Amino acid sequence: MTGHFGFQTASGHLTVDAESKEPYADDVLAQLREDAAQVIARYPERRSALLPLLHLVQSVDGYVAGRGIDLCAELLDLTRAEVSGVATFYTQYKRHPNGEYTVGVCTNTLCAIMGGDQIWDEVSEHLGIGHDETTPDGKVTLERIECNAACDYAPVVMANWEFFDNQTPGSTKQLVDDLRAGKDVRPTRGASRVCTFKQVSRVLAGFPDGLADEGVGAGPASLVGLEVARDNNWTAPGDQDRAGDQPAAEHQPEATSDEPARGRQDSADTQANEPDELPGGKDAQTTPKEPGQ
Amino acid sequence: MSTTLTPILTKFWDDPQSWTLATYERNEGYQALKKALGMKPEDLVQMTKDSGLRGRGGAGFPTGMKWGFLPKPDGGPRYLVVNADESEPGTCKDIPLMLAAPHFLVEGVAITSFAIGCNHAFIYLRGEVVHVYRRLMRAVEEAYAAGYLGKNIQGTGFDLDVTVHAGAGAYICGEETALLDSLEGRRGQPRLKPPFPAVAGLYARPTVVNNVESIASVPPILLHGADWFSGMGTEKSTGFGIFSLSGHVKRPGQYEAPLGITLRELLDMAGGMRDPNKKLKFWTPGGSSTPIFTDEHLDVPLDFESVAAAGSMLGTRALQVFDETTCVVRAVDRWTDFYKHESCGKCTPCREGTWWLAQITNRLEHGQGTEEDVEKLLDICDNILGRAFCALGDGATSPITSSIQYFRQEYLDHLTQGGCPFDRRESTLFAQEKASA
Repeated sequence: MTGHFGFQTASGHLTVDAESKEPYADDVLAQLREDAAQVIARYPERRSALLPLLHLVQSVDGYVAGRGIDLCAELLDLTRAEVSGVATFYTQYKRHPNGEYTVGVCTNTLCAIMGGDQIWDEVSEHLGIGHDETTPDGKVTLERIECNAACDYAPVVMANWEFFDNQTPGSTKQLVDDLRAGKDVRPTRGASRVCTFKQVSRVLAGFPDGLADEGVGAGPASLVGLEVARDNNWTAPGDQDRAGDQPAAEHQPEATSDEPARGRQDSADTQANEPDELPGGKDAQTTPKEPGQ
Repeated sequence: MSTTLTPILTKFWDDPQSWTLATYERNEGYQALKKALGMKPEDLVQMTKDSGLRGRGGAGFPTGMKWGFLPKPDGGPRYLVVNADESEPGTCKDIPLMLAAPHFLVEGVAITSFAIGCNHAFIYLRGEVVHVYRRLMRAVEEAYAAGYLGKNIQGTGFDLDVTVHAGAGAYICGEETALLDSLEGRRGQPRLKPPFPAVAGLYARPTVVNNVESIASVPPILLHGADWFSGMGTEKSTGFGIFSLSGHVKRPGQYEAPLGITLRELLDMAGGMRDPNKKLKFWTPGGSSTPIFTDEHLDVPLDFESVAAAGSMLGTRALQVFDETTCVVRAVDRWTDFYKHESCGKCTPCREGTWWLAQITNRLEHGQGTEEDVEKLLDICDNILGRAFCALGDGATSPITSSIQYFRQEYLDHLTQGGCPFDRRESTLFAQEKASA
């Protein structure tokens, strides 16, 4: 995961602020331990709690501080190196204090071409900061993000991991200005307002905030196919409110092999389980090759 | 037009409270689970095999067969892990499904768990979609309260716990064994296979890993029958799937249709290209890891076999459509940056190879390379494909080799012109606003 993270020496070592080693206040620590016990109880093995626990320490510190690493290591009986190794692998874990709002502009290909590059350029200039940098008021951390699974709403901007669809340079500049001014900002598809980075981190640790019923079920692009179907009285076969059409496709595949066809040779899964690894049922003899992940 | 849409998973997404248990129950929700609990688990596996359902996460491996791979019960735990780490560039079907109708997935998890003898299932959701996480946690909570999850479900003695787990930002965790390592609290790096997860998966126990849409399709199949499902689609690519159109089309979005529909048919439903005077240039059939197609491929049936025969892969049905305002070198350069960024570093061909690929595509896009660079790209791709530890490395080569196959001249034009010949503003969503302003 090669990123451009701040406070990193040329050799890649992290510089940890002295304050990040300060012990937690007693009441904060007690609450963290109580929450952590709930997280750990969700899994058959303790170590599985590490990702949510790292979200949890971010909900207190606003990043993965040294003391957060120490606490996770202690709770899960891991070394600090093991916890750091995990914390530095994933892009949502921040290595230095994050702003109250992470604003991520999708600059993967589709969004970039649909305007994400221009949004990035203009917003970065507007705020005077680059990737993973924070405004001097501590409000907004700007990021270039990868595909966030909303390509039908391109170009997409995420604010604290809520969707802002079909953005323009102007709308995104307005978004960051509103966030910096402390105004309530409503995502296109999400809760009724954008919560803070710490609040959202707590949700990601698996603690619901009661906002699930806010916002839309589906945005306009999610519904276009359904609307076309309604307009044409198309339904699935056997549907009660069907209009009588038979919608099944008539295409026949070209390939005749018994094996699922593959586009090309690939590295992964070139072999399925060997017969002696299987329970010995019929499948073991008729296993097609798995065509990649 | 021979193919029409089949709203099944998308059928009630426009309900004002589409995500709630009450809405789901008004739409046949949890009837399939009740039916399943009265059946033998092996019959459920057989039904899924008979339906022909193939994995909706990209690989297309037969779902029922995957379930059938689990060894015989030995008294220890067996796990179902749902791959909800949707991150393949262009792919945007599972996220809206879980936002709008999460109970399809929860019910599918319950049925599948019963079928494979699992008492603790996991849904691994990517961490960058907080509202989807809220909706999933809420749906699981409602299902517990209604007695569809928990102890002694519907009085049958079947127990099932479901944990919804949020990841933390890493594309590689969509690879099933990297996902398992991540779920065990480690860096998300793929494992050597075999052993496959069916034999040694989560905590080295027998594990089924399935995509969201695969599992969500189980309740409708059970309710309406394997024949109903296999009556849709093609002989070897049965059933329906969500096709995600994005890019330069008039109405991008989700279109649920039988496998085998064509892009020409889908484009027609989507109102055509955003500007009828600008031709379709290239498109991906199933995300950035599937070799690109051009306007020659508009009539390729979008099923596993036909797309493979035409030189690509059906993948996740992520149809990213680009018109002639788009520079293919720029598109490929950006995808290559993505693979470089997301390479986990475990194997040398991918870690080093994607880094060099990105160096070269970047200088070509800026008109600074040489003609030999195009051959160098192909050579590096040849050294990655088939030699990387998992499919990420292979995927990185797809856009490069396919774009050189169809658009070699465009790479060379960058060199003769000393830069990108395209005006980036023309391809943006707000290009027309600018022009009229």
